[in-house]
Amino acid sequence: MKKLICAAVILLTWSACKFNTQPQTLPIYGNRTPLTKTVNGKTTHDTLYQTIPPFYTVNQYGDSITNKKLDGQIYVADFFFTTCPSICPIMHRNMLSVYEAFKADKNVKIISYTIDPKHDSTAVLKKYADKLGIAGNTWWFLQGKKEEIYKLSESYLVSPPQEDAKQLFIHDGYFILVDKQKRIRGTYDGTVPDQVNKLIADIKTLKAEPDQAAAK
Amino acid sequence: MKLKVISGICLLLATLLYACQNEDEITFKRYYTTGSVIYQNNCQNCHGKDGEGLSALMPALTDSAFLKTNKALLPCFIKFGIKGKLLIVNKKAFEGDMPLTDLAPIEIAEVLTYVTNSFGNDMGLVTAKDVSDDLAKCK
Repeated sequence: MKKLICAAVILLTWSACKFNTQPQTLPIYGNRTPLTKTVNGKTTHDTLYQTIPPFYTVNQYGDSITNKKLDGQIYVADFFFTTCPSICPIMHRNMLSVYEAFKADKNVKIISYTIDPKHDSTAVLKKYADKLGIAGNTWWFLQGKKEEIYKLSESYLVSPPQEDAKQLFIHDGYFILVDKQKRIRGTYDGTVPDQVNKLIADIKTLKAEPDQAAAK
Repeated sequence: MKLKVISGICLLLATLLYACQNEDEITFKRYYTTGSVIYQNNCQNCHGKDGEGLSALMPALTDSAFLKTNKALLPCFIKFGIKGKLLIVNKKAFEGDMPLTDLAPIEIAEVLTYVTNSFGNDMGLVTAKDVSDDLAKCK
């Protein structure tokens, strides 16, 4: 009996260790729809996850950027405007550390949608990027139609920006992590350094997921 | 009895002397502490927790020489904001706008006491009177 207990304990300990070494994966957020398909008489079940819909924008270099340009990319998105006096400077001070961590990685991108396209022209965004010390194509600052960007923000699961009486924009300071299949895999408060460190760690976890590594 | 009275008077004098010597220091500490809260609420978003600024977008508050040279202008900057003015801070050019605030002179004095005695700066107390005098001369 004693031997049996001993063996059980060892087995349990071993399985516990094995469980820990299994690759960690991030959750998938958003709505999901069950999908039942019948192919050649065989019924298969699958899940359709919420994905980021198509969008049409222009980046700080004047290049046209659509969601297609982000195919096969893991990316972090946020919403901001260049004249924002409240949370944007903190958000982008924190986003700079994400930029520093992944600027050499061609498979990771950062996109910041302006919610004030009237003021934030391509030239204004370029100047902002330059002053922030951003070069290359890792971090894009995107200008699109205001209504479309506001609508798009809902797909990123953040509340749409609002304007108060003083015409100041009210918006969330979230960073949203999107995988290569355009599914949302994490949201982080961009004003909190600890959350941003978690984002950096999560990007590394996400990159190591088998279906992310396999997707081109 | 006599000894008791003398030592009592001595103690009283010492206490008074101590209190007087420290009144300035206490004012300074009060301004500094209140100023740090005003800083967090009004300035920190852009200028940073340690006054480090943000790249070439927001100037740092660590340039003691700049703060000393422009001491009389600092209340004006805070009260009325900065628009289209080129400033050289830490040998870098900044030309962005800074929003105005609705701080009272006493609050400006407190936040300036905090800023000009933090982040490696050491300029001493800024009083509400200093601020009012400087504000009267703002252009």
